Amino acid sequence: MTPRKRRRIAFIAALLLAGAGGAALVLTALKDNVLYFYSPTDVAERHVRSGVPFRIGGLVETGTVKRGPGAAVQFAVTDGKTSVPVAFNGVLPDLFREGQGVVAIGSLNETGVFDASEVLAKHDEKYMPPEVVQALKRQGRWKEGE
Amino acid sequence: MTGEIGQLSLCLAMALALVMAISGLSGARPGAAVARAVASSATIGFAVFVIVAFGALTYAFVESDFSLIGVASNSHTAKPLLYKITGVWGNHEGSMLLWILVLALYSLLIVFLRRGGERLISAALGVQGLLALAFLVFLLFTSNPFLRLDPPPFEGRGLNPLLQDPGLAFHPPMLYLGYVGMSATFSYAASFLITREGDGNWARAARPFMLIAWIALTLGITLGSWWAYYELGWGGFWFWDPVENASLMPWLAATALLHSSLATERSGAFRSWTLLLAIAAFSFSLLGTFLVRSGVITSVHAFANDPERGIFILGMLVAAIGGALALFAWRAPSLETGAAFEPVSRESALLLNNVLLTGALASVFIGTIYPLLLDAIGGEKISVGSPYFSLTFAPVFAGLLLIVPFGPQLAWYRADPRATLRALIPVAVFAVLTGFIVLLLSVPNSAIAALSFALAAWVIGASALDLWRKRQSGRPTFTTFAAVIAHAGLGVTLLGVTGTTLWRSEALDVVRVGGTMPVAGYSLRLDKLDAYAGPNFEAVRATVSVLRDGARIAVLTPEKRSFPTEGQATSETAIRTTGVSDLYLALGDQRGPDAWTIRAYVNPLAPFIWIGGAIMAFGGLMGLFARFGRRVVVSSVDAVPAE
Repeated sequence: MTPRKRRRIAFIAALLLAGAGGAALVLTALKDNVLYFYSPTDVAERHVRSGVPFRIGGLVETGTVKRGPGAAVQFAVTDGKTSVPVAFNGVLPDLFREGQGVVAIGSLNETGVFDASEVLAKHDEKYMPPEVVQALKRQGRWKEGE
Repeated sequence: MTGEIGQLSLCLAMALALVMAISGLSGARPGAAVARAVASSATIGFAVFVIVAFGALTYAFVESDFSLIGVASNSHTAKPLLYKITGVWGNHEGSMLLWILVLALYSLLIVFLRRGGERLISAALGVQGLLALAFLVFLLFTSNPFLRLDPPPFEGRGLNPLLQDPGLAFHPPMLYLGYVGMSATFSYAASFLITREGDGNWARAARPFMLIAWIALTLGITLGSWWAYYELGWGGFWFWDPVENASLMPWLAATALLHSSLATERSGAFRSWTLLLAIAAFSFSLLGTFLVRSGVITSVHAFANDPERGIFILGMLVAAIGGALALFAWRAPSLETGAAFEPVSRESALLLNNVLLTGALASVFIGTIYPLLLDAIGGEKISVGSPYFSLTFAPVFAGLLLIVPFGPQLAWYRADPRATLRALIPVAVFAVLTGFIVLLLSVPNSAIAALSFALAAWVIGASALDLWRKRQSGRPTFTTFAAVIAHAGLGVTLLGVTGTTLWRSEALDVVRVGGTMPVAGYSLRLDKLDAYAGPNFEAVRATVSVLRDGARIAVLTPEKRSFPTEGQATSETAIRTTGVSDLYLALGDQRGPDAWTIRAYVNPLAPFIWIGGAIMAFGGLMGLFARFGRRVVVSSVDAVPAE
């Protein structure tokens, strides 16, 4: 084996090793840091454990929005069949309205309330988060062109 | 009338793009001088017609010609002139026309700069013609910006208010200059694979295009991040949103390309790899266009969710990448193997740079694509957020920064390891000292902060020392400046990112008029609320006094604007910057007749993030100057192997 060949083999071996290490890093990082999307019905049916972060989406149930004390807000997210109470301490998006689509990121607490760390609403009146559309479609609550 | 002029120009441009493709590619044969002349003229004609079409659309927007669907759905007579113009690319159709306009401008540049041999230029124009043809077909058949509306409405529907912002006015054109600029490098690489003219000189010929595209992409990403910071009201500068990642991926590939092509030019090392990167950089630009324009991701950038368009762009993506890779697989094996180099050498440093940049690129790619793939095959709906990227991207990039100072110190082919280490001792001492000082300051997250600051000091210190040494040993050239400045910019950005992510203070409260809220040593007093009407919006302006130890040091006026035409609202943040730290206020939602939630952040070192980006771009500009200074050399080298 010429020195050049030997060096090349060493280089390829090092590259493979680095690649394997990188792949392992990526896989573990992905496993622990993926956020699943659940509709309120999913949350009820899958018995999502408390403390596990995920995204929830649906419509803001009419008549459930309570503001205060301070910056705290409570509301319920519904897909027409099930609704999940949400508690949030922060600034609601500009287009947050009752009856409109919403996506929240957070986790369930022991009492079954979704503690949201972030609440996202659609960013214009024409737009609906696609996950919410699907969740509503599954409950037969979505009409095309709505 | 403007609609017809635009439509006709686009059709003529499409015909000329076809001529460009055929004559350019046949000009790749030796002796086909006529075809080459035709390709150059066709390119000029194509560019002129695209410019006319773009001008016509701009005119229609400025004049509020609502007989065009695009204008009616994205403009409004009450809109300020600047946003009438930016409205041209604030929608799907117009932004695709902008894409083609930039492609035309780069094609013109290829014709006028005449870099490389005749055949190389000709086939490059041919490839540009193919790209232009594909995009013009896409534009005319799926996204025509000149479609008519009958009868024309009395008033337009307005532009997404988030896009009505001076920072964002220049973000898309900059980004496109970067994205599409990669097409010129791609065309040169493909052309070299076809013609095999001038050996590694294709990389030298394509260098200015690479640099212009890289500079524009750097500025475009910087502008986008700055806009997100002050417009979205979340106080963050990067969200690892798929759309942001879509612009970061070509940047990483282009950065790797800029480095590997240095070695290819210099010694012929990494010949095949550089070609592959040139293909990859443009492929990631196309992928970015696909992700953003097809509606597979939902964001401010996704104007339309039309699956037909998505499939068309996906088809182009597959054809361009597949075609280029097939060409590569066919022609690259016959390339000479690159020159040998020792383990300790500039080449090795560049190799390591490329391995790490590719690793960082892979981590971003997987984090962006995995949720989309999972969704496409009907699996779970998931999203991958910043924790994933902090775990994968950050360590790889830290490793990259660790090796940055070595690169410029190492000699080509074989370097003296001891001399290199000795040269960097003062920098290492400086870095370690910086780290210790940060540790002693007992700031929050001091361990990570100390490491980060040491790393930034290591990179910036090495740049400063390098510059000083080169000054001692004679007149520094633009080439010296380029690398040194760009690397220092990276260090400056790291400082900003560190300060903002580790040391941010945040406060959120409901404040009544006359009431106060504390944030990081400041006291914020809500003095009054005023309602006023803007040109196309209604607004509430809060006047907030910033108090420190009871004394008023500043008055900030965050606003909430609602746009009746568009049915949207935006927060206008108010930022007081000292250059090293930002006090950032955003008005939340109304909680009573005279009470609002106010969100306040203190973001230490935040301005450094964008200053660093600007410094990097400036470094790229120096590199460009260096290239044009050497232009004479390039043509004389290329003149030798010409037939």
